[in-house]
This record gives sequence, structure tokens and C-alpha cells, in this order.
Amino acid sequence: MRDNLTQLSYVVAAVLFILGLRSLTRPDKARQGMQLAAVGMLFAICGTLINHEIVDYRWIAGGLVLGAIIGYPLGMWVPTTALPQRIAMSLSFGALASVLVGVSEYYNALHGVGEAIGTARMAALGFEVLLGSLTVTGALIAFGKLQEILPGRPLTFPGQNLANGLLFLIAFVLLVLVILDPTRTTAFYSMVGLAAVLGVLMVIPIGGADMPVVVALLNSYCGLAAAATGFALGNSILIISGSLDGASGFLLSILMSKAMNRSFSNVLFGAFGGGAPAAAVGAGGALPVRAISAEDAAIQLAYASRVIIVPGYGMAVAQAQHQVRELAELIEKRGGEVKYAIHPVAGRMPGHMNVLLAEANVPYDRLYDMDEINGEFPQTDVALVIGANDVVNPAAREDKSSPIYGMPILDVDRAKTVIVLKRGMAAGFAGIENMLFHAPATSMLFGDAKASLSKLVSEVKAA
Amino acid sequence: MLILELYIFVLAGFVGFMVITRVPPLLHTPLMSATNAISGISLVGSLVAAGSHRSSVATILGFIAVVCATTNIVGGFLITDRMLKMFRRDDPKAKLPAEPK
Repeated sequence: MRDNLTQLSYVVAAVLFILGLRSLTRPDKARQGMQLAAVGMLFAICGTLINHEIVDYRWIAGGLVLGAIIGYPLGMWVPTTALPQRIAMSLSFGALASVLVGVSEYYNALHGVGEAIGTARMAALGFEVLLGSLTVTGALIAFGKLQEILPGRPLTFPGQNLANGLLFLIAFVLLVLVILDPTRTTAFYSMVGLAAVLGVLMVIPIGGADMPVVVALLNSYCGLAAAATGFALGNSILIISGSLDGASGFLLSILMSKAMNRSFSNVLFGAFGGGAPAAAVGAGGALPVRAISAEDAAIQLAYASRVIIVPGYGMAVAQAQHQVRELAELIEKRGGEVKYAIHPVAGRMPGHMNVLLAEANVPYDRLYDMDEINGEFPQTDVALVIGANDVVNPAAREDKSSPIYGMPILDVDRAKTVIVLKRGMAAGFAGIENMLFHAPATSMLFGDAKASLSKLVSEVKAA
Repeated sequence: MLILELYIFVLAGFVGFMVITRVPPLLHTPLMSATNAISGISLVGSLVAAGSHRSSVATILGFIAVVCATTNIVGGFLITDRMLKMFRRDDPKAKLPAEPK
């Protein structure tokens, strides 16, 4: 009877989870749908708590309370600009939970206090701790890079891919050994440790601009680890949720790679910006650059009838989204039309710019995807680029020798005039010269994005 | 049993793919935090590990796992809700009383 109730609660949870995810296809229904998913979670938890295997509730109660105490600030107080690292951290937590459950199951089984381990169950446990452990450390490194505790540049050493490949092979061999004979505890724990090292080594060489792919991929691993837990425990809700999570992460990482015109393997093993494009940068020094004062830029914006704003990571760093919205409203008040062009990989995680602008109260029907808006640049009076670089680099369209050739970009260079807000003339993350900045129609407004935008706002008010 | 589990895994993956392909890029960040919150479901495994009193090692590991998973569930659903609350359409009636600075 109890078991049936538990299973029933899982069915309810699975349905509500899927409905919740489905609601995310509609921005106006999403909030309600996700609240339903949270109710589904509650069902699953209550359904599990009546499980007859649970005999002692003290540790559980303590864990639930402590988790809630840590989780609340992580949900309510973390600023939207810190979202990428916040998500990386929670991926690490999620994977850690999977690893710990896997290790405790293994430990119990070996000490004769749990279910005996068959080959299939051992395989599931093995995959669970392997993927989980890799995700724990990988996500921690991603967190460190996004939080800028670790350098965002790719850290590489010679023979890196070979070393990683070798480590992976050893981990895999250990996995097979453990599956063949579950009593090989040394192999099991070495595999966990090795996977952790591998997680570090895999993410260390990946640079800041590639983070959206990595975060999405780690999301997928985290889901797969949870699904493997489900296989090991014979728990269907874990399998379903893990599979949903894995599918979502996988899909997002494919979308992100496509948006950069790069294959998975290229992102993971390519260590972009590792010095190769240096030759392309050298030529840049002599090219003309037209700097513009905030006053002149403000005049252009004030009298423009069509403006497209192109935000990039620079806007997030400067936390300038509120000033952007203020400026857009001023232009609109004067009769201009303002749209926002969002490149899929602008920022450090999928959808980063959308959330920042939504936070600043920009209505989401003003935010346009690359494909929707690219045709409109030729009719645009001013394209205002705020801290974006590689995603607007025309070399991706024209220069076959460029490392980013083939990457879909926003056709900002086709606008009648372009104003670029940038700190200085340093090359972008990928270290590639951007001819957009030297084009005759482009003027550069140097300085911190937030300060420049504040100046623009007051100048447009006065114009 | 294993075959049945494989069915569940594959079919859930299909459903996931079909649903998530239709999520617009606009909501990709909430999607990530939502799947993160949902992956906190590993709590159900952690609960059994922490409460079944089989060995003290399992209990302690289970306890830590319960903390991690609960953190993700609570934090994940809250932050998703917070984000989704921010997304709004252009409504001429609610034309922004510019927020205090």
C-alpha cells in the first residue's frame, strides 16, 4: 500500500515536471507552470518520506532544514549578474548529491547491509559516480572562472589533450574492472578520484566566451548522473527527471555550439584564443579608429528613428542594463523605435542577456533573436553595441582565414551608423581583430559602459 | 526490470527533447535553473540513504546529499520564479514608474 502511494506520488511529480518544462515555451504561462513543478517536487518528497526503508528521520530533518537555509539566499539574494556562476555552483551541488548517494549505496552493498550488487546495478552505480564526480569538479572550476577567482583565459599545457584522453581511458578501464568484480574497492574509489581530476582538466582549458556551451554540457552530465542513480536504485522518477535534465542540457549545448559554428569537440579540446590568432591582431594597430564624444553620440541617438541595441558580456560586467533601458525609453519618448538584438551566445550562459534586460524592466517583446532581426539592420539609423565584440565581427562572414569564420553574427556593420561602447581598443576574448571598429560608419565611445550610458542618458535628455 | 527502466529513460528523453526544443532562447536561462531545480529530485535517493540507518557512513553521506539536493530544490525553484516574474510584455498601461535609484 505504502509503496503504491510512493509510486503514485512519483507519477504525479513526473507529469507536473513535464508540464512545468512545457510551460517554459510560453513566457506568460511559465511562472505558473514552474510553480506546479515545485508542487510536483513536494509530492515526490512526501511520497518518499513514507518509504518503509526509512527508519530514522533525525538526519533527514536536519538535512532538509540546513538545505533550505542555504538554498533560500541562493534563490532570493543572488543578483542576476551572478546567475552564470550561481548555476554552475548548483550543478556542482546536484552532481555531488548523486555521487554521495552512489558511494553510500556501494559501501552498504559491500558491507552486506544493502542490496547485493549485480552487474547491471554496478554499471549504473559506476556511471553515476564517474559522471557525477567529473561534474562536481568541472562545475566548480566553471564557477571559479565565472566568479573570476580563477583566470578566465584558457589554461593550457602541451600534451593536454593526450593527458586528458589517457586519464579518461584509465577511468574507463577502472569502471570496467569494477563492473566485472564489484569487490574491487580500490578501483572504485580511484575511479571517483580520477573522474574528479578529469573534471578539473576538462574545464580548465576552456575560456570565458565558451562558457555557455560548457555550462549547458555540465547540466547535461548532471542530469545523466541523476538518471544513472535512478537505474542503480530502481527509482523511476529519478530516471525520468535525470533524462529530462540530460536532454535539456544536451540540446542547449548543441544550440550554443551551433551559434558559434563550432563542434563540441572543438569547444572542449580547441582551447580557443590560445595564441594562434595572434598574427591577425598585429595588423590592427595602424587601422583608423574614430572616437566619438558622449555629446555627439547622444545627438545621433536622439534624432534616430530606428535604433537597435546590441548588448554583450560588457553590459553584464558593467551591470549597465538599467541605464540601457533608461536610454531606450528616452529615445522612444522622442519618437524613435528601439529594438534589442540578442545573439544566442552573448554573455556567459544561454539566455544571459534576456534575463538581465528583463530584470531592467525591458519588455520581452522588444528582444529579438538573431534570425528575426538580422534583416532589419540596413534600415537601422543607429546600431548601439554595448560591450559585444566577437558576435558582431564581420570577419565571421567575410574573412575565411579568421578563426571565427562561419559563426553566425549580428549584421551590425550593415546599419547606417554604428556606435560601439567599449572600454578600450583591446581585442575581444578570442583575440581577433574586429574590422567593425574600423569601419567608416562606426564611431567608438570609450569608457565603462555604465558611465558612458549615464552620460548618454543625460545628454539625450538635454538634446 | 532493466529493460523497463531503459524504456522509461529513452521515452522521457524524447519527451524532454520535444518539449525543450520549443523553449524560446528568451527563456533559456530560466530553463537551465528550472532543470537544475528539477534535478534536485536526487533528494529522493538521498533521503533513503540518510534515513535507512544501514551504516553510519551511508547516513553521513546521505545527510550531505540531502543538504545539497535540498539546496538545489529550494534555491532553484525560488530563483526560477524570481526570473520568470521579471519577464513582462510591453503594456502601455503599466508604463514604468522609473524605479528608485
